[in-house]
Amino acid sequence: MSAPNASGWKPGIPTAGDTPAGPATATGNRALMLEEPLIFELAGNDTTGVDMPEPDNAAPNRLGGRERSAPIGLPGLSEPETVRHYTRLSRQNYAIDLGLFPLGSCTMKHNPRLNEKVARMPGFLDCHPLTPTQSAQGALEVIHQLGEWLKTLTGMPAVAMSPKAGAHGELCGILAIRAALEARGDARKVILCPESAHGTNPATAAFAGYEVEDIPANANGRVDLAALEARLGPDVAGVMITNPNTCGLFEPDFRKIADAVHAAGGFVYCDGANFNAIVGRVRPGDLGVDAMHINLHKTFSTPHGGGGPGSGPVVFSEALAPYAPLPFVEQLGDGSFHLVEEETAGEHHAKSFGRMTAFNGQMGMFTRALTYILSHGADGLRQVAEDAVLNANYVLRSLEDVLHAPFAHSGPCMHEALFGDKNFTGGLSTLDLAKGLIDEGYHPMTMYFPLVVHGAMLVEPTETESKAALDQFIMALRSVAERANAGDPTLKTAPHFAPRRRLDETQAARKPLLAWSDPALV
Amino acid sequence: MARYFTEDHEWIDVDGDTATVGITDYAQGQLGDIVFVELPDAGAKVAKGKDAAVVESVKAASDVYAPITGEVTEGNPALEDDPALVNSDPEDGGWFFKLTIADTGELDGLMDEAAYKSFCDGL
Repeated sequence: MSAPNASGWKPGIPTAGDTPAGPATATGNRALMLEEPLIFELAGNDTTGVDMPEPDNAAPNRLGGRERSAPIGLPGLSEPETVRHYTRLSRQNYAIDLGLFPLGSCTMKHNPRLNEKVARMPGFLDCHPLTPTQSAQGALEVIHQLGEWLKTLTGMPAVAMSPKAGAHGELCGILAIRAALEARGDARKVILCPESAHGTNPATAAFAGYEVEDIPANANGRVDLAALEARLGPDVAGVMITNPNTCGLFEPDFRKIADAVHAAGGFVYCDGANFNAIVGRVRPGDLGVDAMHINLHKTFSTPHGGGGPGSGPVVFSEALAPYAPLPFVEQLGDGSFHLVEEETAGEHHAKSFGRMTAFNGQMGMFTRALTYILSHGADGLRQVAEDAVLNANYVLRSLEDVLHAPFAHSGPCMHEALFGDKNFTGGLSTLDLAKGLIDEGYHPMTMYFPLVVHGAMLVEPTETESKAALDQFIMALRSVAERANAGDPTLKTAPHFAPRRRLDETQAARKPLLAWSDPALV
Repeated sequence: MARYFTEDHEWIDVDGDTATVGITDYAQGQLGDIVFVELPDAGAKVAKGKDAAVVESVKAASDVYAPITGEVTEGNPALEDDPALVNSDPEDGGWFFKLTIADTGELDGLMDEAAYKSFCDGL
């Protein structure tokens, strides 16, 4: 292995074509921009942050000769050294708490601090999943009440709260569809996925044992209804459609699609990852959806990405409700809450396809999501969707004169604006623009997705950005886009001002170094 | 030996009832730097127009479809260690797999080099 940071670049070292960056510093730091080594390079293993008692030699050794005879190579750091290391690294990171995070499809909205306060209440935080139900009534009520909200908001009669993220929710929905088909002795083998579906959809269908077939998008970026109808038949188990889709567009033919699929004996899975664009405005149950996951971490503002786990409850139609997974929270006649598990499923959940998680789901996300819902109220949730759509259209219309906007002609977008690389010159690509945006102090947008648009750039501003914040972002993106259109060669070498210059992503993927090894020993 | 092309940017060299399949120079250019290739095992049955291999670039993972129905006889062992071969030599050394053709009649409807070139020019 070569030495870490083999290029030797430090923040203060200018490269060809850069503005002179002032005198070099002895440390390599540039004021508050700190050059931080890897934790393994920071210290040997002769220090430690904890005092361990000497082993009691009188105690019998039961390790049978397997005791370690040499250090295991963990970095030895004191507590302040450890705290400083990670705090210094965190300063080189970008986060929603630092600025607008336009990552399309990811819904990087502000995480209200009230959510955090409630999630940290000891009664929720310290509730062990094996707490007897009579001592966990409050936690069960949170799960139940959140489930009721999700059923009401989607117009669907049943909900499974346990799936742990979006793709886990997709699998939950597809397994319910498979169970329903198996129950009627129907061996359908094909799931149809439009090109505008989330990439996880075909992966989920394949994982559940189905053959996946693509349905093309039409010139307006929507599902080609005629192509879908032509493909339906007795071998099609169902469709998986993302609505609004990954082009940031609403599928106006969804009801017709659902009716056609049902008439052909199949089921309709809706990927609800983009529910934040329609919550309070559209009930997926009215569109003929049989199963849909809801990303609590997107629509209902629970931290995600590096900041927390996901949560993907699934709502079901009457047809699929009997096959939903265990466990369930049920409210009994006396108002108390009860957990329906294998031992207690009884006859009314006997068709359940089984269990997806050991326990009841992401409790910390439930408390945050319910706090978000209750603090917004029904009218507030509706405004969330309206403002998310308004903000995305503001971005779309502010930039369509400089960036190619392939579907702008078809009307308003939903919660995200989609651009392509058609106007760039000088061999510049979407990647180059994204790196230029880093120099402007923004995390780049989603790139090269969806695949239906060449050099796609998917921008989701979310509703939590003010007009001033949007204007600043639009100004920055416009500036970089104009440079890309003009073929500015300095974009090819961007970022110029980040803690690291352009990384070799190809080499990182082809020959990843996944473990540190001591250069002195190699 | 004759070479045909699909609208999904695969090429197929046909020699009697055996064939070699890869992706075109246009396809590798669109994908960007290839970082991983997943090939079918020898003996795998592939069907015309269905998934046969996976190619992953720094931008995206894409399916490679079988241009014709048949039984795979060999995957290109060189791609395992050096997927970049698909970028540097897509239409020769960067071939994906060889197969035994089930029905040469399925070649009807594939494009020849001139037709494929004008197809790409229209994209």
